Amino acid sequence: MSSDTLRDVRPLPRARAFDVQGVSLTALSGLSAALIALMVAVILGDIVGHGWQAVTWEFLAGAPRNGMTEGGIFPAIYGTVLLVLLMVVALIPFGVGAAVYLHEYADPYAWTTQAVRFAVNNLAGVPSIVFGLFGLGFFIQFVGRSIDQGLGLDVVWGQPSLIWAALTLAVLNLPVVIVTTEEALKTVPREMREASLALGATRWQTVRYVLLPQAMPGILTGAILAVSRGAGEVAPILFTGAAYFLPYLPSSPTDQFMELGYHVFVLATQSPDVEATRPILYGTVLVLLGLTLLLNLTAIVLRARLRARLLGRS
Amino acid sequence: MTVEMTDARPSLVTRPAVPPRTGEPKPAAPAGVPRLAARELQLHYGAHHALKGVTLQIPSNSVTAIIGPSGCGKSTLLRSFNRMNDLIPGVRVEGAIEVSGRSVLAPGTDVVELRRRVGMVFQRPNPFPKSIFENVAFGLRMLGLDDRGELGARVEDSLRRAALWDEVKDRLDRSAMQLSGGQQQRLCIARCLAVEPEVILMDEPASALDPTATARIEELILDLKGRYTLVVVTHNMQQAARISDHTAFMLQGVLVEFDDTRRVFTSPSQKLTEDYITGRFG
Ligand SMILES: Nc1ncnc2c1ncn2[C@@H]1O[C@H](COP(=O)(O)OP(=O)(O)O)[C@@H](O)[C@H]1O
Ligand SMILES: [Mg+2]
Repeated sequence: MSSDTLRDVRPLPRARAFDVQGVSLTALSGLSAALIALMVAVILGDIVGHGWQAVTWEFLAGAPRNGMTEGGIFPAIYGTVLLVLLMVVALIPFGVGAAVYLHEYADPYAWTTQAVRFAVNNLAGVPSIVFGLFGLGFFIQFVGRSIDQGLGLDVVWGQPSLIWAALTLAVLNLPVVIVTTEEALKTVPREMREASLALGATRWQTVRYVLLPQAMPGILTGAILAVSRGAGEVAPILFTGAAYFLPYLPSSPTDQFMELGYHVFVLATQSPDVEATRPILYGTVLVLLGLTLLLNLTAIVLRARLRARLLGRS
Repeated sequence: MTVEMTDARPSLVTRPAVPPRTGEPKPAAPAGVPRLAARELQLHYGAHHALKGVTLQIPSNSVTAIIGPSGCGKSTLLRSFNRMNDLIPGVRVEGAIEVSGRSVLAPGTDVVELRRRVGMVFQRPNPFPKSIFENVAFGLRMLGLDDRGELGARVEDSLRRAALWDEVKDRLDRSAMQLSGGQQQRLCIARCLAVEPEVILMDEPASALDPTATARIEELILDLKGRYTLVVVTHNMQQAARISDHTAFMLQGVLVEFDDTRRVFTSPSQKLTEDYITGRFG
């Protein structure tokens, strides 16, 4: 090695005192974050500010009165909870089942698998009103009427009702659950699968007792997303079961029901006296937000506990 | 090449109930029949030729070490015996593999039953994120055993055989993830012992562990010797010399030498073996 080489070693460029790119990027992303926070704050502030006075016990427990300008929203709360629960019950087995099939059983290169994947991804982009029409055409006019004919009934199943609205919402949310479940299955280490199979577990036992328990937090994420979207989506239930006003609570899956999101729509556009309805409208929106939050919080707490258990911290 | 199935040897297709619990040596394969045999075994990962005509016979209730440089096909050979390579897409296998004289490549083979009888311990400890108890009970539950008392007895027994009982007996319901690496690996061995396998395949079972934990695994292997047929892949030649009765040396998918461990390490018949164990390459 000649002495030249040593002298040729140039000092590293010194870090610039002022990093223009870094600072401007930080500023920009900070600004966007602040903007989003601000918008959420404004919306929430507006709703809470106008709505909190309306939310009384009578409001939560009573039924609408006087052309909906007075009274409460209990039937809508009841209908929403029922709708969302029914949706989840229908959605999770199908969504998880489809994800397990796609991820664990289907040949990933078969054209049928690719077609199903393509369909799932595209389903996620379909406007929700189209799901409403699909529900009307498929569940009510086709499935419902066929049941009525088969059982020799008058119109029982072949009309808008709780069950069809819940199923329509379930179809709407199917892609979310399939995708999140598949992602969750992907994150289960290969070692877990191998450990199970090497112990003489069957493929199904491996899915049931090793993979699904470990994918559970991810499945719950899917359920959370579905609930958030399901409670408050009006378009899919518009033709499939939501009622403008009902003097009674639904007691059977074939009953119609009132729903908070739809009730908001009704209050905002169909009320005989829009001004008089405004406080009730704000209160209803607040309750809808609170209910969604509550349902989500339950699932989030459940998920956190599952995660802790999987990591061995409980 | 497959072996005819005769009535004297029950078919692998019939699924037995939970196997009897016993710390006694597993009954040897019929006289003259090795526990494990590979004949002209060829394995391709897509275009990659990973096993090039491997032929060997491993007798019952002995310890066999497989040594060789990284990438020579040790794991591939090991995973052929319980058909774990089936899980990798694009794998092609030719030749014959027999466990206690029964072909395991035949189309009708019950792979689930095969894997129960030919257990496996992996390089990285891989306990389930379940309790210590449920880890050991897993294989038994999969066989349909639900009885709490029976499960408890078998779990204790397996943990004792894996020299882990004293360390965990007070916290069986705690998560297995809280154990140290060495304990986790012994738990994986206990989990494997619980379903009463005849053969235990170990793929570098101590390579992820510290020297103390490694020594305990080696002790355990010596303890299990004579009751189970153990095949242990290792890159550690001293380890192979310490624990095994027979040693197989592989190089680039070829089984170069397979003989008594003492002979392999003192007077190998192949020049390549000698070069490898004297550290001239690898
Ligand atoms: N899943 C796989 N796909 C393709 N090639 C593989 C796969 N697994 C192993 N191989 C190749 O096969 C050869 C043998 O691998 P392996 O049996 O794991 O070696 P060893 O255990 O002796 O280190 C290596 O060259 C490796 O790259
Ligand atoms: Mg290996």
